Amino acid sequence: MKTSYKLPNKEGYYGKFGGAYIPEMLHPNVEELQSRYLEIMQEPSFKKEFEEMLRDYVGRPSPLYYAKRLSAHYQTDIYLKREDLNHTGAHKINNTIGQILLAERLGKKRIIAETGAGQHGVATATVCALKGLECIVYMGEKDIERQAPNVARMHMLGAKVVAATSGSKTLKDATNEAIRDWINHPTDTHYIIGSVVGPHPYPDMVARFQSVISEETRKQLLAKTGSELPTKVIACVGGGSNAAGMFYHFLDEASVDIIAVEAAGMGLNSGLSAATTALGKPGVLHGSRSIVMQTDDGQVVEPHSISAGLDYPGIGPLHAHLFASGRGIFLSATDEEAVRAAFFVARNEGIIIALESAHAFAALDQLTLSKQDRVVICLSGRGDKDMATYMKQMTMTNQL
Amino acid sequence: MSRIQQLFARKKENVLNVYYTAGFPALDSTLRVLEALQANGADMVEIGMPYSDPLADGPVIQQSSQVALANGMTIAVLLEQLKEMRSRIQVPVILMGYMNPVLQYGFEKFCAEAAAVGVDGLILPDLPEYEFVTEYGEMVRKHGLDFIFLVTPETSEKRVRRLDGLSSGFLYAVSSSSTTGSEKNMEAVDAYLQRLKSYDLKNPVLVGFGIKDKNSFVSATKAANGAIVGTAYIKTLEENNDVNSSTAAFLKNMLE
Ligand SMILES: Cc1ncc(COP(=O)(O)O)c(C=O)c1O
Repeated sequence: MKTSYKLPNKEGYYGKFGGAYIPEMLHPNVEELQSRYLEIMQEPSFKKEFEEMLRDYVGRPSPLYYAKRLSAHYQTDIYLKREDLNHTGAHKINNTIGQILLAERLGKKRIIAETGAGQHGVATATVCALKGLECIVYMGEKDIERQAPNVARMHMLGAKVVAATSGSKTLKDATNEAIRDWINHPTDTHYIIGSVVGPHPYPDMVARFQSVISEETRKQLLAKTGSELPTKVIACVGGGSNAAGMFYHFLDEASVDIIAVEAAGMGLNSGLSAATTALGKPGVLHGSRSIVMQTDDGQVVEPHSISAGLDYPGIGPLHAHLFASGRGIFLSATDEEAVRAAFFVARNEGIIIALESAHAFAALDQLTLSKQDRVVICLSGRGDKDMATYMKQMTMTNQL
Repeated sequence: MSRIQQLFARKKENVLNVYYTAGFPALDSTLRVLEALQANGADMVEIGMPYSDPLADGPVIQQSSQVALANGMTIAVLLEQLKEMRSRIQVPVILMGYMNPVLQYGFEKFCAEAAAVGVDGLILPDLPEYEFVTEYGEMVRKHGLDFIFLVTPETSEKRVRRLDGLSSGFLYAVSSSSTTGSEKNMEAVDAYLQRLKSYDLKNPVLVGFGIKDKNSFVSATKAANGAIVGTAYIKTLEENNDVNSSTAAFLKNMLE
């Protein structure tokens, strides 16, 4: 029997990638999750509450929108999966709703999270407010500066935002600090990881919570086109959670091209990039074996992307496996290409998209598309948080 | 018998293992620190291989790792520095580090070369039990190195016994679930160590994390065979970069 791309094995491996490379101090927390997550997620009461929350609180199903002018421009059919219309403005909330319900059932009283763009931090602060749980969000000092509106939102929601001041002061370091906090709180704390990274079972658990994206897409495509299957699905990849959700129910459909877009930053060879599969090698980061950007000595390098949510030197093990096995096509878009794509989408579809999502749109210029294609792009989030960057661009080009 | 086993055959109490970061405070201080530790009474030395993302470490060791990396420390440089150590160093030497740099170096190559320069054992806190059993343990054993697992107060008796069974040299009892360098309630630590002692384990037990002075050393070694001190020593080196005088003062304070 052919194995599924969707699921890791018992030890959390997708092919050669995954596992749980954690110090013993994390063992109680991780072991508890490993032994209970599937059982809890399959409880009828859990499923019912998860579905209700996604519908009544998040606003799901998110629309699948036929992008007429984009389609005309690229001479193909392009659909946008509108995760930007979710409550809090991105796909991140699908996962935080799932994990807060899980944390509740594990009896946890204290929630920690890491955040890059602040979208996951906001989504975590939101569900903590909803459930009356203490919330501490670790965020790189550099990201606190460039994503100020989201920092203010977290504060308003009652979360404590702690600056990660080590290393590159971005998402990688915020993740280190969150893991250290978890080590120091072995019983009362749940760590809501924001992407399909981390030790087993996080990659699988987060992918399952995000898989609602492709589950809905199949139904919506069927209703609109008479076929459940697109020919191509495209998503940006930081850690890879929106991509995992967008790809999930298409991974085992061989006719569907799976296209992941990484952040090339200032260019793949510029030394200022976050394109992990292009520049990385197999390694261990944040508890799993995956592909990691690193020096020849195995020191993790400081990535660069204009988009805080993609500014990460690793990638989830599911994606590492899609890359290594050839199932996924991995492209990258530069800072400049992403910004250009964001303006193009704004002016042709009337949607201001997040800088992260803009990388997925930028990839359209790199693909050969035909009239026969049905392309679905994951519009992972809205661009409100990125207005400062967009305004700078308009100032530079005399549009303000 | 390995050098570590010989030490414990000779000395069953108050064994002092001192941790420091290779390449800190200076790139070429690695051997000088090792010699100073041996000369001033350390029974065993644990050399940290600096890593950019040391998850189990608190701010002090993170900082020393950053400095060491900026100084140019790498696994290759360290093994080169340790090449001649056995002409002068008799105490057991353990290398501690994280998986990623070791995997990049090549796990088996690392074991072979470490053993060849006279390293006695390894501590790799993020190498999990499953991968040790299925893949890496064999390479460690093949090159005659001891491998030391960590246990915490949260580790179940069953798991302690399993990790003790997989370890050789000694078992590393982390004093409480924390990163390195945090404050400890020594009474709770004592109760935990008494419990470990009652298991009658195969390996001697050394307790680490939060041991910082004579008091905590004495208290920690009531029920364990010895203790590991790291953060407090790194702080001393930070304050006084003169390796010989700071090491002498630090160990005098610990041991007298
Ligand atoms: C809108 C948006 N898209 C994508 C990402 C990247 O994360 P992932 O790759 O896990 O989807 C982020 C992360 O902050 C985000 O805010």
